[in-house]
Amino acid sequence: MDAKRAIAELERKVGELNELGQREGLALSEEIGCLQARLRDLRRSLLPAQATPEWETVKLARQPQRPYPLDYLSRIMEDIYELHGDRLYGDDQAVVAGLGRFAGQTVVFVGTQRGRSLEENKRRNFGMPHPEGYRKALRVMQLAARFGFPIFSLIDTPGAYPGIGAEERNIGGALAESIYRMFQLPVPIIVAIIGEGGSGGALGLAVGDRILMLEHAVYSVITPEGCAGIIWRDRTKAPEAAKALKLTAPHLLELGVIDQIIPEPPGGAHHDPDAAARALKEALDRQLQELLKLDQAELLARRGEKFQRMGCYEELTIAVGQSKEG
Amino acid sequence: MPIFGNKQYFRVKLEAEERGKDEALWLKCKSCGQLVFKRQVQQNRNICPKCGEYFFLTARERIKSLVDERSFRDIARPLVAVDPLHFVDLKPYPQRLEQAQQETGLASALVLGRAKIEKLPVILAVMDLRFIGGSMGSVMGEQIVHGLHRAAARRRAFILVSSTGGARMQEGILSLMQMAKVSAARHLLAEAAVPFISVLTYPTTAGVLASIASLGDVTLAEKGALIGFAGPRVIKATINQELPPGFQTAQFALEHGIVDQVVSRAEMRGEIARLLRFFVPGSGKMKRVPSGPTARQNGR
Ligand SMILES: [Zn+2]
Repeated sequence: MDAKRAIAELERKVGELNELGQREGLALSEEIGCLQARLRDLRRSLLPAQATPEWETVKLARQPQRPYPLDYLSRIMEDIYELHGDRLYGDDQAVVAGLGRFAGQTVVFVGTQRGRSLEENKRRNFGMPHPEGYRKALRVMQLAARFGFPIFSLIDTPGAYPGIGAEERNIGGALAESIYRMFQLPVPIIVAIIGEGGSGGALGLAVGDRILMLEHAVYSVITPEGCAGIIWRDRTKAPEAAKALKLTAPHLLELGVIDQIIPEPPGGAHHDPDAAARALKEALDRQLQELLKLDQAELLARRGEKFQRMGCYEELTIAVGQSKEG
Repeated sequence: MPIFGNKQYFRVKLEAEERGKDEALWLKCKSCGQLVFKRQVQQNRNICPKCGEYFFLTARERIKSLVDERSFRDIARPLVAVDPLHFVDLKPYPQRLEQAQQETGLASALVLGRAKIEKLPVILAVMDLRFIGGSMGSVMGEQIVHGLHRAAARRRAFILVSSTGGARMQEGILSLMQMAKVSAARHLLAEAAVPFISVLTYPTTAGVLASIASLGDVTLAEKGALIGFAGPRVIKATINQELPPGFQTAQFALEHGIVDQVVSRAEMRGEIARLLRFFVPGSGKMKRVPSGPTARQNGR
């Protein structure tokens, strides 16, 4: 209702300005253009949110029946042994970490884990980790480095938890530390975005030599809802934001952020978790065989270079205000 | 005059007039609500003379407040942002960029230079909050990496002054990846034993706090800073309760072990210089063991 009244008000103002401009011979096109842009936005805000293919993918990625890390790990590993706690504060169950046997060799796994029931979701905080989750994962990844075990990281999180305790225990620092240290672990790291890759909370465990993504997963700097809230002050415009953010696997492959898209069974991974797990296992196995051919120095150098290449800008020639560098 | 539209690149000169300053003589303090004489505020380091509230500094103002006179040289690479996503916004991203450039006279949200602080050579990287919220996109990521390389190669301390809302949404996933990129390059300083002082000011949040800003050897918070990964509004909406008083302030960060010191604006320059003197090459008597993961792996 407010929007409708605001539109009427703006239309009246535009009319007045037009009239004023003509009567007094004033150039008011800038002011009028400004009001008209505001009008366009308001009119658009009254339209029902448009569905977009990207938004359909977001919904699939968040599908509550979709397999989570432990569903995949139990299918692709011969044995798994979960480890608990960060040795500092507690055991964050939004993050899982531990040892696994994969194709005859020991590996370490880390991942963000949602719950399926309300009860389990309370325990796992809907897959939104606190600092201790990242510190647990880092502790276990450093164990992997000591023994030369490759690391698999399976990501499915809306993001790190925005709460008082998380801030008090320095969630920003925990993420930074995890990202920084993952560049120095001299063992192969393969990341798979299996559901929702939510911003810094996902990146905190997503530094690796290969970044894989399931066909219907998404990976984004901000949730579509958050983005829509900032741009249009209206979270129901999330479908449009999803489109703008280019957060689906094909877009990310094109942007050079991921290395491989893992196809899902028809309808999505939740329609046939066994088939989805087989595809994931095959991809992990193939990538791991390649990475195991590299020595440690080469592995680390390539991991660093991979991320140094990410980004997009234009380099100009200096023409004005030039000064010598020193 | 579109200064970057014609593909020229302007280096930052401290002597140049600050752009985007309005003509008003008075301004109203957001904190105490009083009208204060603008010149008086400026002479008071942009701190409200009535209530002591800190107003943020532009990158130029910040640099002037920290470095020795005439010691600053812009060493940024001549980079400007592009629109890799063709991002749909109320305003097209290129237009938003051009407007930010016009308003600030800067090419990007980060100014990078070499300078001296009480005669000690540093590489200084300073964010400007006016430039799309000081957000980190591909250009800022690359400039920070460039600064880290330069600091390591020339053995100059690296000083980062953050003032940012986090990653630049308009560059989507590529801005998220800048967090990884700058964090990866941080080890250059560790290997060269070059100190990194991270200065957190109003505001240091989200993607920048969760990467390079949290990776300093020493971390200082300026009085009046806001320091937090998630914004207060987001947290409030999530937990559905009021935030405790003083939440995410500099003092909060100190009390929770997130920063080493809280420093007033007037003392920041002296405090950084004092710290740097502890790190002057040759200050440590122990021979340095080669660092880095490979060295450690073979170190048995
Ligand atoms: Zn005041």
